[in-house]
Amino acid sequence: MSMATATTQPVERENYLNKHYGVGSWLFTTDHKRIALLYLASITFFFFIGGFFALLIRLELLTPAGDLVQADTYNKLFTQHGMVMVFFFLIPSIPAVLGNFLVPMMVGAKDLAFPRINLLSWYLYIIGGILMLHCMLTGGVDTGWTFYTPFSTAFTNTKIVEAGLAIFVAGFSSILTGLNFVVTIHRMRAPGMTWSRLPLFIWAHYATSIIQILGTPVLAITIVLVAVERTLHLGIFDPKLGGDPLLFQHLFWFYSHPAVYIMILPSMGVVTEIIACFSRKRIFGYSFVALSSIAIAVFGFLVWAHHMFVAGISVYAALVFSILSYAVAVPSAVKVFNWTATLYKGSIHYDAPMLYAFGFLGLFTIGGLTGLFLAALGINVHVTDTYFVVAHFHYIMVGGAVMGYLGGMHFWWPKISGKLYPEGWARLAALIVFIGFNLTFFPQFILGYVGMPRRYYQYPPEFQVLNVLSTAGATILGVGYLLPMIYFLWSMRYGKPAPDNPWNAAGLEWKTASPPPTFNFDKEPVVTWEAYNYEELDAPHKEEVPVAG
Amino acid sequence: MFDNFPLWPDRASSAAGNVDALYIFLIIVSGMMTLLIFTAVIYFAARYRHRRGVPAEQIEGSIPLELTWSIIPLGVFMVIFLWGAVVYFKGRTPPRDSTEVYVVAKQWMWKLEHAEGQREINELHVPVGRDVKLIMTSQDVIHSFFVPAFRMKQDVLPGRYTVAWFRATKPGTYHLFCAEYCGTQHSGMIGSIIVMEPAQYEAWMSGGSTGPLSATGEKIFAELGCATCHRTDTQGRGPNLMGVFGKPVLLEDGRTVVADENYVRESILDPGAKVVNGFKPVMPTFQGIVSDEQLNALVAYVKSLSGASGPGAHPALAVPAKSSTPNGSQVQ
Amino acid sequence: MGAPTVGSASHGSHNPALLHHFVDEEQQRDAANLGMWIFLATEVMFFGGLFCAYLIYRGWYFPDFAAASRSIDALLGGTNTAVLICSSLTVVLAIYAAQTSRRVMLIAMLVLTMLFGCVFLGIKAKEYRDKFVEHHVPGASFNFDHEQIPGSSPVRYANPRHAEIFFALYFIMTGLHALHMIIGLGIFTWLLWMAWKGRFTPEYHTPLEIGGLYWHFVDIVWIYLFPLLYLIDRH
Repeated sequence: MSMATATTQPVERENYLNKHYGVGSWLFTTDHKRIALLYLASITFFFFIGGFFALLIRLELLTPAGDLVQADTYNKLFTQHGMVMVFFFLIPSIPAVLGNFLVPMMVGAKDLAFPRINLLSWYLYIIGGILMLHCMLTGGVDTGWTFYTPFSTAFTNTKIVEAGLAIFVAGFSSILTGLNFVVTIHRMRAPGMTWSRLPLFIWAHYATSIIQILGTPVLAITIVLVAVERTLHLGIFDPKLGGDPLLFQHLFWFYSHPAVYIMILPSMGVVTEIIACFSRKRIFGYSFVALSSIAIAVFGFLVWAHHMFVAGISVYAALVFSILSYAVAVPSAVKVFNWTATLYKGSIHYDAPMLYAFGFLGLFTIGGLTGLFLAALGINVHVTDTYFVVAHFHYIMVGGAVMGYLGGMHFWWPKISGKLYPEGWARLAALIVFIGFNLTFFPQFILGYVGMPRRYYQYPPEFQVLNVLSTAGATILGVGYLLPMIYFLWSMRYGKPAPDNPWNAAGLEWKTASPPPTFNFDKEPVVTWEAYNYEELDAPHKEEVPVAG
Repeated sequence: MFDNFPLWPDRASSAAGNVDALYIFLIIVSGMMTLLIFTAVIYFAARYRHRRGVPAEQIEGSIPLELTWSIIPLGVFMVIFLWGAVVYFKGRTPPRDSTEVYVVAKQWMWKLEHAEGQREINELHVPVGRDVKLIMTSQDVIHSFFVPAFRMKQDVLPGRYTVAWFRATKPGTYHLFCAEYCGTQHSGMIGSIIVMEPAQYEAWMSGGSTGPLSATGEKIFAELGCATCHRTDTQGRGPNLMGVFGKPVLLEDGRTVVADENYVRESILDPGAKVVNGFKPVMPTFQGIVSDEQLNALVAYVKSLSGASGPGAHPALAVPAKSSTPNGSQVQ
Repeated sequence: MGAPTVGSASHGSHNPALLHHFVDEEQQRDAANLGMWIFLATEVMFFGGLFCAYLIYRGWYFPDFAAASRSIDALLGGTNTAVLICSSLTVVLAIYAAQTSRRVMLIAMLVLTMLFGCVFLGIKAKEYRDKFVEHHVPGASFNFDHEQIPGSSPVRYANPRHAEIFFALYFIMTGLHALHMIIGLGIFTWLLWMAWKGRFTPEYHTPLEIGGLYWHFVDIVWIYLFPLLYLIDRH
């Protein structure tokens, strides 16, 4: 039974969507909500590009021989799949779309601290995206998204510098978004909105922003060094000239490990909001969930060399990074337990957002547990650089982050668009995604342990059956992703108009109209209640809480 | 079983059982955890399904519970960490008296040379039950020597040696893969490890070899004029190399390093980096003059001057933190 | 970051520079300051990667780095250090002038700051040119043969490959720093324009403060670069 109740609104109120029309009003907007939609369109575009590459990869892997594309083409496919998905889809996704839209509203502000910098962020993303597209169309990159040296600096003729520039520019988009969020959360909370009254979505984005701010610049300088070495034939990473290829790996992973927490933390924030709403209760262990986000951000910076256990680091370094990797697993486990405990004695509804949250719980649990395998040094030696790792990170990135993103898009869609999506189709899509996902990626754990290395386009015949299962799953998963695209677009025109708070959810964003007015609140809200005040919201004779707008 | 559809790799080395044991333990622990969470979620979702008139119960939290489910997992994690560390340490410590095989990786093939002199390409013949130590370097980019049946993997780097070891326990032919992306034919850089019964291996060995690697090295040593300075008395301009390998060496800047494979290699390619105490820095560099294979032969020769397979031999690259590596101290 | 826009007549009692998504001027000023500090944190991380690479190679190739360091002019580098410190002083004085409504002093201090910046860049240009002429620029024409390792007895010569890494890092680090200086000059041109137009008052001079923070940061980076690059093993 769906919780969403539809009302008909005879006259369309002025809101952020209809206040101004015209391309210019979008391209020069400083309204965080419009910028969120600009990002939504852009990242969806890149998701399809990355997804297209994935489709070709899985098609090639249907047969043991390399017979669909040439080796060099395949190498470009998996490289670009990774670069596009990581830098142009996952890293921005939730923060740039849902974060941009919701952070000001959740803290009770009219906009982010620096609206023009927010727009600049989007333009930087677009410039980076165009550079990446141009690079891919005029030769592409074939180094793997990890562009290890000396292959990337001295042994490949593909367009490393251009791809590096694209990622460099997109990285600044990420940094500025993080900067904007931190300042907004610190300085623009409405009266009464203390830190402990903030929604956990905000805590998650705060932690994410810290990582974006401190980690991304290190990737930026690494890219600069690779570009300089490549063009000027210096020897910073090239052993023939006195340099060290492991230095590259350390610098690269110093960002790229925390980057995975940039990709998952926002999703965890989304899932927290959804579970609280659809269990009709305050999240279990608020402080622990809040602090676990911060702990993940901090510890996340201390584990980077667990990507390098067989790279040639010393045994002692390996021991240190292994033990720290187990430390960083604890806060994630704590979150899973708190989410589960929230369900206890809740009043649970099975709307589509909640189905995505359940999917997240299951898939993130499996993905996170396989992280324990990888952190174990003795196991890591065998499974690193195999499909086991590929399966692990896809469980987290796709099973975790993308599920959370989709759940959040469904949850806040009525607020963003003023329309309701079709619930039946949404539940079906959630199910298809869950099934397709598991069929795609579970066989890859087995493939990895039996020894199939990653980045292979041809493989011994005994690996075929598992590869075929994986490809079959991928086609199902693709259908699952297409469905929301279609019905979200459909709903923009034909969906039922949404009431201000279709889920009767807690949070300041639900106290405005759907869609909200440009400045979010007519009057600055004054917060006198704790977060997740579901008892109050569900009480039979509750005070009428005035709806803004 | 499942020949066409393996669900588990062959177990063909002494390490494989240890790795599998930990893996199975992790599967059990993860399985239990997954079952626990899934059961709880499904049960709660059904049991506490929204019912009209039954509100949710607001529960703030429970510090004892939070502590419990933080500390117990941490404890389990520490057990896994220790177990993994032990398995890893054993896997990274080649036993003394291991047979040595030199490996040179290049795009896109594996070149192997036994200490006894046999050369192989993309194949490695070894006898069952013998400890084999691989001393590996790359001619170009980073590769990785991966034998799933042995549960063994080690990146192979340009500019230095890395080491791996195994003891094969089951005759058969096993996959060798390159596991670090290295360009166009990365997925073609594959081969076989052929494990033979000792008698068969002896037979294979006697069929064609250029003589032991150290003898090749001795020839190169003479051809390149190394003996001019590295004399076996105290009059040479360079240190006497008899008995040097595997022992600590005092350098002229006061540091002490162990004379392992990486030290010997570096001293040939970059002689000024670690000058031995009491000697002048006059040795010319042989960078660009010797190939990786010749370097391997020279290293084998210097090793033989210490009776490398005798009791004095030190498994030099087993404890890398103290060992000498190019650039003084490796980026760890 | 809180840049003032031309106020319209309808702006009532608040400073025309107040942006409307802020509650009041204090919030805007606090936000701008916090924003700049966070931006500087990203800059620390950005330069940090370079410092990290530098420290590692310096540790491995100390004698060669010492030899290479000898060949860059510590007098010019030291002069530049003094120039930048003076420029930070003029920045502080500019802010003081704004706080006390001294328009002439404000403009003079801003101009002086920029002049010092130009002197810095000019000296850097001379240094780069010297390196070019001496074939110390990494690349095809790099040559560092027969350069003595300072203090070595018997005389030893630096490994040119290792010295080349020093110079690579020297150019990248000082080049990146110089780029930040040029951007700083751009920012100060804009601040000068605003000061000229009378935009700054004792109540509102946030752009000066955050511009000043940026300039001080660039100064501090140089203060680390100078001894690390120019003063290796000098006694």
